Order: sequence, then C-alpha cells, then structure tokens
Amino acid sequence: MKEDIRIGVFVCHCGTNIGGFVDVPSVVEYSRTLPGVIYATGNLYTCAEDGLASIRDAIKEHHLNRVIVASCTPRTHAPLFQGVCEEAGLNKYLFTFVNIREHCSWVHMKEGPKATEKAKDLVRMGVARAQLLEPKEEARIDVEPKALVIGGGISGMVAATSIANHGFPVYLVEKEADFGGFVRNLNNLYLGGKDATEMLKPIVDQVTSNKNIIKCLKSKVAGVDGFIGNYQVALDVDGKEVKDKVGVIVLATGADEYVPEGLFGYDLYENVVTLTEFEILCKRKTLPKISSIAFIQCVGSRGHVKSYCSRICCNVAIKNALNIAENYQNILGKDERGAVVEKVGVDMKAPEEIAERRRRRRGRRDREGGEEEAEAPAPSEGIEIAIFNRDIMSYGLEHELNYNKAREKHVRFVRYSPANPPKVYTENGKLVVDYWHDTLKLQRKMNVDMIVLSTPLVSPPSAPGISKLLKVPLGQDGFFLEAHVKLRPVDFATDGIFVCGTAKGPADITECVFQAQAAASRAAIPLARGYVQAEALTAIVDADICTGCGTCIEVCPYGALRKNMDGVAEVIVAACKGCGCCGATCPEGAIDLSHYTDSQLLAEAKAALQEAIQ
Amino acid sequence: MNSFEPKIIGFLCNWCSYAGADLAGVSRFQYSPNIRVIRVMCSTRISPNLVLEVFKSGADGVIVGGCHIGDCHYMTGNYYTDKRMKLTKELVELAGIEPERLALEWISASEGEKFARVVTEFVDRIRHLGPIPTKNDQKLMKRLEAAAEASKLFRLRLLSGKELRLTGKGNVYGEMIEAEKMDEILDSAVNDEYDRSLILELTKNNALSVKELASEIGKSAEATLGHVATLRARNLLSICSIDGFTPRYKAIRLGGA
Ligand SMILES: Cc1cc2nc3c(=O)[nH]c(=O)nc-3n(C[C@H](O)[C@H](O)[C@H](O)COP(=O)(O)OP(=O)(O)OC[C@H]3O[C@@H](n4cnc5c(N)ncnc54)[C@H](O)[C@@H]3O)c2cc1C
Ligand code: SF4
Ligand code: SF4
Repeated sequence: MKEDIRIGVFVCHCGTNIGGFVDVPSVVEYSRTLPGVIYATGNLYTCAEDGLASIRDAIKEHHLNRVIVASCTPRTHAPLFQGVCEEAGLNKYLFTFVNIREHCSWVHMKEGPKATEKAKDLVRMGVARAQLLEPKEEARIDVEPKALVIGGGISGMVAATSIANHGFPVYLVEKEADFGGFVRNLNNLYLGGKDATEMLKPIVDQVTSNKNIIKCLKSKVAGVDGFIGNYQVALDVDGKEVKDKVGVIVLATGADEYVPEGLFGYDLYENVVTLTEFEILCKRKTLPKISSIAFIQCVGSRGHVKSYCSRICCNVAIKNALNIAENYQNILGKDERGAVVEKVGVDMKAPEEIAERRRRRRGRRDREGGEEEAEAPAPSEGIEIAIFNRDIMSYGLEHELNYNKAREKHVRFVRYSPANPPKVYTENGKLVVDYWHDTLKLQRKMNVDMIVLSTPLVSPPSAPGISKLLKVPLGQDGFFLEAHVKLRPVDFATDGIFVCGTAKGPADITECVFQAQAAASRAAIPLARGYVQAEALTAIVDADICTGCGTCIEVCPYGALRKNMDGVAEVIVAACKGCGCCGATCPEGAIDLSHYTDSQLLAEAKAALQEAIQ
Repeated sequence: MNSFEPKIIGFLCNWCSYAGADLAGVSRFQYSPNIRVIRVMCSTRISPNLVLEVFKSGADGVIVGGCHIGDCHYMTGNYYTDKRMKLTKELVELAGIEPERLALEWISASEGEKFARVVTEFVDRIRHLGPIPTKNDQKLMKRLEAAAEASKLFRLRLLSGKELRLTGKGNVYGEMIEAEKMDEILDSAVNDEYDRSLILELTKNNALSVKELASEIGKSAEATLGHVATLRARNLLSICSIDGFTPRYKAIRLGGA
C-alpha cells in the first residue's frame, strides 16, 4: 500500500428510520474495530447541514482519505455526500455509500438484532471496498455549442425554440413537409377548447422566424456518431446530405395512435372510428349526422394489448362528447346521406334538413319550458352520447370539472369490466353496442350511429431504429426510457441526449411543453458551460494482455472501444458508460472496470461472507 | 438444520433491480435479512468467473438481478447477462453443486414487491438445500475451482461473448447458426473445458495416469486421453514419470509459483 488508509465511517440514524430498528451506536462501535477505520460516529441526520459539517470537519481533523456514509440509497444521496467530500479536498471516488435504510432497517423492521447484524455486515463490506478505492480524475470534454432536435411536433418545436433563444444554433429535423406533428390532426383542444390550428400557429411562427433554428423539413437523421459535446451527425435534408458536429441532441419523435385492428368491429364497419379519426372528421367538418354515439375507452390499453394507461384518452373522449353536446353545429358534416363516414364528402353543403329539424324541436321545447327556460337548448339536444369505460381518469384540476359538465349534459358514463367488454355488431342495418349493465345487472343494447374507439398512443415503428442510431434505450412498452423516472425524467442514461414529449410515453400538450422546456434547459447546461466532465466509470484495457481480437469492440453498445495504432483495444473515455459488458466478455480478461473492479466486487463479497450471519 | 442461516450475495444493477430493492424499502416490504447486496452499474458486468469466485468464498447462494429484457439502460447488456448466467449455471452444475444456488432475476425499478418475494423465496430454497457443500468437501471444492478456472478460459468467454452475434447477425461468413446448434456447441465446449480444468486441478499436486484421471472425472479413457492431449498441446500438462508403460501427468505450474 502506497498510503495509509484512513477511513471515516458515518452511520446515520435518519431520525427513527434507521435508528428505530438498527442499533446505530453498536454499529458505530463495531465500525471502529474494522481495519483502516480511524474515526466513526453516528449522526441524527447525516444529510442535514450539521451532519455534512461533521463529515467535512472529520476529514480535516483526522486526515481521512476514505469516507463511508451508512444511511439511505446512493441513487438519491450519493452526489450530496460526494460533494461534501470534494469540498473538504477528498476526491469523490474515495467515497463509499452503504445502504442501511432501504436495504436494511426498512425491510427488516421486525428482525431487530438481525437487522443490526446486517447493518454491521454492510459496513464491513463498505470498508473492504473503501480499502481498494482509488482517486480518479474526470476527463474534461469540450462541447460543440450547437444542438440537434429530432421531431418537429409541439415538443420538438418548443425545445428547439428554447435552446435557440439561449443563443445556440439548433437543427430542427422533421420528416414531414410541415412542422406541427400529431396536433395537426386535432380539432380543438381540451382546457380552453381552443382550435388546434390556432394554438399551433404562433409556435410554428416562432420556429420559422427564429434565425438560430436551422429548419430541416422532409428530413431525416442518417447517422450519429460520437459522444456528449462531439456528436457527428449526418442529416438527409430533403435529399441533400448535411454533415455537422453538435454538442447535444434532443429527441422528440412523438407517438402514433394504436390502430385497433380486429377490435370492436373497427375493420368491419365504416362508422366505427378511432378518436383521432373522429377528430379529423370534426376538424374537416365532415362528421356525418348522428342521433346517437358511443365512445369505448381503453381499447387496446391497460392490459388489453398494451399494458399501460394512455392518460389522455379519457379527457379527449370527454372533450369530444362535450363538443357534440355543446358545439354540434360546428363539427357537423355537410353530407345529408347519413352515417357512413367514408362516403362523406368534405365540401358538401350544410344539410338544411338538420337545421329545420332543430328549429322545430327548439320551438316545441320553448313552448313546454315556459319563462325560466328562455335559454335556447343546444342543437345537439336529443343526441344520445355514451362513454363506455373501465374507470374515468380525468386526473388533474380542470378535467374533473369537464367530466362533471359532461354529466350535466347527460353524457352517460357506463362502466364495463375488462372480463366482459361490450360487443359491437349490426342489427337491421344499425350498429349495436351490446353490454352488461353492472348496476342493473342486466344485459342491454344501445343502438348507435357511430362508435369511437379510444386507443392508446403507441411508440411508432421507427423507434427501434432511432434507439439503435442514438444508442438510447427503449422501455418494455416501446417508448424511450429516461435515466430515472423521478430524478432525471428528461435525460437519457447516455450523456448529452435528452428526451421529451410523447416519444417518452403518452402525454398531453401541456405536459409535452413542460418536458420540452425541461429538456431544453438540461441540454443548454453543457452548451452554456462549454465543457463537461466525464464520470470516471469506464473500462480500462490492459494493453499488455489485449491480443486485439476485437470481441470487446463488437459487444460494446456505445461504440466506445476502438483499436489503436498498436492494434490493441482502446477506450474512448467520453463515450464509455461503464456498463462492463466488454470486461465480462474479453476472452483474455484484459479489461477491468474502474471504480467497480473485479477485485473491489470480490472484496465486498468476501467481506460479506467473512462472518456468520447470526 | 433450522439454525442454518444461508448467506446470500446479490449483485444488483443500479438502474433496475437495485432501484427495485430501494422501492421494496420505501414500501416497507419485509423480506429475509440473509441477502447482502453489491451494486453494479449493469448486470452484464458480472462474469461467470466472478460468480464462481463468490461461491468459492462460501456463499450459499447468489442472486444476479438485472433489468427486464428489453429494458436495459445499456440497451443490450442483459442479453449478455442471460447467456453468461446460463453458462455459469452449467459450470456450477458440472462442479457438482446445485444450480438452483444461482438465480438470475429480472426486476424493474417498480417491482419492489417482486424483489422482496424473490429474496424470501430464494432464501427459503437455499435453507432447504443447506449450506454450500464445498464447505466440508475438499473434492467438491476442487471441482468448483476447476469450474472457476474453466470460466476464465479464452474459448468459453469468446463463445459466450460471440454467441449473440453468431445467432443474431450470422458469423463472419454471413451464415446464421441456429440457436439450438449454438447451444450444442456451447454445451460441449463447457463440458470439455470443465473436464480439462478439473484435470489440471487434480494434477496440481499429484501425478496421475489417464486411467486414474478418467475415473476421477467420470469420463471414458478415450475422452480423457483426448483432453490430456489438448492440455499437453496447450503446454499446461506434462508427463512427469512413466510407470511401466503408463505415463503419469502433472499440471505445469504457471508463473513459477
Ligand atoms: C385523439 C387525440 C386527441 C388529443 N387531444 C388533445 C387535446 O385536446 N389536448 C392536449 O393537450 N393534447 C391532446 N392530445 C395529445 C397531443 O396530440 C400530444 O400530446 C402531442 O401531439 C405530442 O407532441 P409531440 O411533439 O411530443 O409528438 P408529435 O406530435 O407526435 O410530433 C412528433 C414529430 O416528430 C416527427 N418525427 C417522428 N420521427 C421522426 C424522425 N425519425 N425524424 C424526423 N422527424 C420525426 C413526426 O413527423 C412529428 O412531426 C391528443 C392526442 C390524440 C391522439
Ligand atoms: S476483447 Fe480483450 S483481447 Fe480482445 S481486443 Fe478487446 S481488450 Fe483486447
Ligand atoms: S464498459 Fe465497455 S462495453 Fe460498456 S460502454 Fe464502456 S467500453 Fe463499452
């Protein structure tokens, strides 16, 4: 050993979270007996200012060169304690985290002495690891002050504008001929009920007029190589190749609507449509005249075909139900022939017949109603609207009010159970929803002119290709997977690449804008600073052992290995994410992983096995 | 038997299974206190050799936890983990140790309950199996050591590393090898390399004849002779003496130790 190992151990009570189940003083006492431990103490809350100060002071006073905190989980608190070590002049790679809360006190609450024993074992493992730690320098990487945003929907446009407004040039790459994305299909938007085209316009204008945004329509990303700060990108801009270097990438490629092939008569009857198709009909004012309509929720979602809840469909169905109830005139198609959607022409005249009928109906009601009901009833009165649902997820503040409003307008909410969903068929040329009414305990039928299926947003078929291109992961549901749901929701685990919008999972526009602004500000950090520090968790090749077989180069998911002039493998530090795949694969055993070396892991395991568990 | 408390080592990946274990904590799901967790960034980092070394150090069971297939934060890491642990299990079994002592579990960050259940069930299973038999059995220990040595060998590591590529994208000649065929190749490689490593272990301190070796490793004299020839060609085994007409072999010590 070059230097004396001087370890300080800080065992946290975490109030009673740990202290209530683990005998902290005895763990502290035990720590003092371990090799290399110079100092050990208990803290009520190690992460509070006085706790942090005790670490800082002890490092100075006792010349500690290793610090162990036994408390909660490194997944949330490691950066805090590492920061304190650095402040006191101790390299952050000499810090060891021991988890005695999530992995001990909270999960062995009734085990008393066994929990304390385990905590001691865990500290002993930490001490064994600490002995073998080495200080690490983090490589400094310059960042090209330019960004690439992929996808020109709401999310991509907002992210690009925001980065551009920070003063950095941004490529905004959209595969279609226009910006706008999915919203271009939509009629009006919930919350405020604004026309979708109207909402979109200022955002598109902001993009087109922004000098920092390099607008690439009918474009694709053909190639991406490199790592944070230095991504070499090849773009196909309307047939022309553009090559450039960018520092960061924001992914906003959106989602598709699930096509309910084979479900609820979708491919049998033309007037069974999806929510999006319904919106398109309304937007183009081609909705056929209807006297009754049913929405069926969760078609293909929540365990049906996809496991997740698509979040937006309940609110969108309620929005459209309210459109029918309140604004029928505005969305109604101009064809008189009736129910079959496909046959409805776009530019036909408003059916006089409907107007006449309404006038008549209004007259009758007026007469019946008397003075108080002077307000004209909506033209849609009499249209029967039912929403078949498993539960209504009108989450959030205002959506619940919309839901109540829909109830007031006599929209019927009918529950079904996934085990016994409604059946759709035709009878005497009319569509029928045949369903089990759970409250009445009766099988019932509803004749309808049209059925709207609420299907989930799904990851588009292009996602796996993009995932490979950018080397970013997809989750089980096929959406892009962030580094941490709570703590890093718009980062990828790969540094310098960010994600926002429905590419990440179902979200509405408000949420997409949050995410896009978040992603933009995360992306702007390295751009503004001009450099980044690469975590020193990388593979290390022993050039003396490497035979240059190239196996590691093949298995590395990040292209972080290459052969150098001598024909042996070399790690591109900035690109390596430290997964260790290469190390476990190298047939010569030439690769180890810094900070998680074989010997460190084995030392931990051996320390754990050293003494019998009581 | 009741007083036996299994010692379990858990290698958990930072992103999924470690986070799942954290969630078990946050949700206060109680489980057996016998597991000692070691955090790694990705389960792909766990080499067969590391697991076998942990067994050698006396672990009664090892759990390797990773993200679900298709959910890996390093994209393809856990495909390799899957292959590697399959290989490891084969080696553990060849060494005469119950392969159930090694468990590979996919646990996501949201599966705290699953983590708690997996640990408790695993501990129960190991409690039932009893302490790792190598503790009181020198012969088994030798076999385990042979397995650990075999796992370090070039051919096995190369095959298990390349397997995905060979079965997925075809080999360098663009031929696709069927998964079953690949399993066969890997199986026979594992068997052969294990037998060879065992021969080296057995001949570390004693000079043995082919016949003796064959009975020790439980293979035919012919197969054993084949292994002996291979090991001699690799410069790992040499004839130490000749007993009448029967040569006796001894492992060549590397590094002069
Ligand atoms: C029926 C329905 C009704 C809705 N109603 C509402 C509502 O009332 N209110 C509300 O707030 N939200 C509503 N939403 C949700 C809203 O549509 C989404 O939140 C929003 O469109 C998501 O925007 P985005 O930019 O993330 O994705 P998208 O709008 O999908 O945009 C992604 C863009 O990326 C482009 N792209 C994809 N791949 C590539 C590639 N490889 N290269 C280049 N470009 C690419 C696409 O062409 C597209 O332009 C509704 C959704 C549906 C399905
Ligand atoms: S796999 Fe190992 S031996 Fe082969 S090139 Fe990589 S480091 Fe060198
Ligand atoms: S640890 Fe190895 S396989 Fe993983 S990213 Fe780094 S170089 Fe690639």
